[in-house]
Amino acid sequence: MDYLVRNPDTVLRLTGEHLYMAVVALLIALLIALPLSMLLLRSKPLATFVLGILGVLYTIPSIALLILLLPFFGLNRNSVIAALVIYAQIILVRNMVAGLQGVPTAMLDAAKGMGMTAWQRWWQVQFPLALPVILAGVRLATVVAIGIATIGAKFGAGGLGTLLFDGIAQNRYDKIVVGSVVVALLALILNRLLLAMEHYFEPASRIKRAVRPVRSVAAAEAPTAV
Amino acid sequence: MSAIRFENVTKEFSNMARSAVDHCTLAVDKGQFVVLLGPSGCGKTTLLKMVNRLYEPSSGTIYLDGVDIRQLNVNKLRRQIGYVIQQTGLFPHMTVAQNIATVPNLLRWPKQQTGQRVDELLALVDLPPAEYRTRYPAQLSGGQQQRVGVARALAGNPEFILMDEPFGAVDAITRTSLQDEMITLQKKLRKTILFVTHDVDEALRLADRIVIMRNGKIVQYDTPLNILNHPADAFVKELMGGGDIVRQLGLIRVEVAMQKLPADFHVDGQPTINCEQDLRHALSILLQPGATALLVLDQQTPVGLLTLDDLRTAARAQSTAALAA
Ligand SMILES: Nc1ncnc2c1ncn2[C@@H]1O[C@H](COP(=O)(O)OP(=O)(O)O)[C@@H](O)[C@H]1O
Ligand SMILES: [Mg+2]
Repeated sequence: MDYLVRNPDTVLRLTGEHLYMAVVALLIALLIALPLSMLLLRSKPLATFVLGILGVLYTIPSIALLILLLPFFGLNRNSVIAALVIYAQIILVRNMVAGLQGVPTAMLDAAKGMGMTAWQRWWQVQFPLALPVILAGVRLATVVAIGIATIGAKFGAGGLGTLLFDGIAQNRYDKIVVGSVVVALLALILNRLLLAMEHYFEPASRIKRAVRPVRSVAAAEAPTAV
Repeated sequence: MSAIRFENVTKEFSNMARSAVDHCTLAVDKGQFVVLLGPSGCGKTTLLKMVNRLYEPSSGTIYLDGVDIRQLNVNKLRRQIGYVIQQTGLFPHMTVAQNIATVPNLLRWPKQQTGQRVDELLALVDLPPAEYRTRYPAQLSGGQQQRVGVARALAGNPEFILMDEPFGAVDAITRTSLQDEMITLQKKLRKTILFVTHDVDEALRLADRIVIMRNGKIVQYDTPLNILNHPADAFVKELMGGGDIVRQLGLIRVEVAMQKLPADFHVDGQPTINCEQDLRHALSILLQPGATALLVLDQQTPVGLLTLDDLRTAARAQSTAALAA
């Protein structure tokens, strides 16, 4: 940890680069995943097909995928971001599709039957109910992105991987330790943060936040005299 | 002019050999409580969903107050029709108040008016507003959830209400009390209601008129008493439980069968029954030990007596009437 005390600026800069790659990649991935999931909801065969392809892409080792992407995005962090977007896709899309499909048809029928427009049904019913599952996907994708972004250092993208690869090359054990600890901390903190958000949007926790304690329902349930 | 009119309405689904709803013609008067009754899969839900255009008829026309519903904006149409479904209809992420406010919010009512309306409706369905407004559906019993469902359907003050097996998922005792409340509500509100069920007793209790459906067709459309007494065919007779005399008693009111209170009658702790109750209910009390005669009350005032003999006479008159017809 001596290294951290002596070079806080470097570590902070690398952490910043690392986060930048992960966050930008996740934002782009979300922008693609959301409409893609809604499209997949309309057709089961299409969903199976696309999820299959995304699943295969996920199994390509990160170094191999990055080398494939270099001709398109160059030897810089754009290639790394592109790779992260691809890896995040399967996680996000799978959870979005599951979350949105999990909303009971009867409930959407009720919403439609009361005169909600398609947009209102989406915003007021479907999306909020799917949100916890979608956020679980975002959380998993974030942790994966933070991990894989480490490889960026090999491709001129900087990030905390720099400490790891330098450490190995220079036999500097202190750099390796600081690099891995900070990557792990980053993943842990983001995981916690997103988990809290996920819980916040679960119906069960809305109930806990509701002011009134649950009382016995027996009294109100007794048959009323006519 | 009928409030709701189906004219030769047919609905075909591509995966089905026969039509789900087959050339149905039906006129429902304003303020009537009409129950669609029939075995599972006979097309009740499909017929209902064509009224708020969740399904479009393959052919035929539906009129609300004489207007072809295809001429109306579909969301405007739906906002003026209350809709209650079984179980899962409530939004679990919204409070009871937010659920009930759904249609008022769609209609862009002012906040204050919506708030008042929510409280008024909660009171109407016997849920004290202060206690229940802020609850979530998961914090309510099944019966309470259904009452909130009914309140939500009434919120926009619709003339028409569609109910699809709304009490299908609650236990028998709760169902009976929900039915009682529904009867009381309808006496006050006089909405035009289409109510789907496959429960014969529920239909008999609630309906002004019953539509009996089979394989997508309307087999009979009449008052409960007429359907029991003059079933259109063997299917209807079977469905209604044949000549089930106890069921028929459920349709005769106590005041019709009772005898005048003898002049020298001495009120002395006899079991009592309200004159608007039915004979089926009376029978269940009479069968208890020690109850040889029931004192009939009209708003707490004794007006007559009812014995097993009176009951038998009334039942016999009923079945001779049926035979003669
Ligand atoms: N959306 C649909 N797609 C295909 N077939 C349907 C659909 N809805 C209903 N059906 C079919 O239409 C028939 C009538 O169904 P339904 O109206 O739900 O019956 P009920 O409500 O009387 O039980 C059934 O055979 C059912 O399988
Ligand atoms: Mg049905």
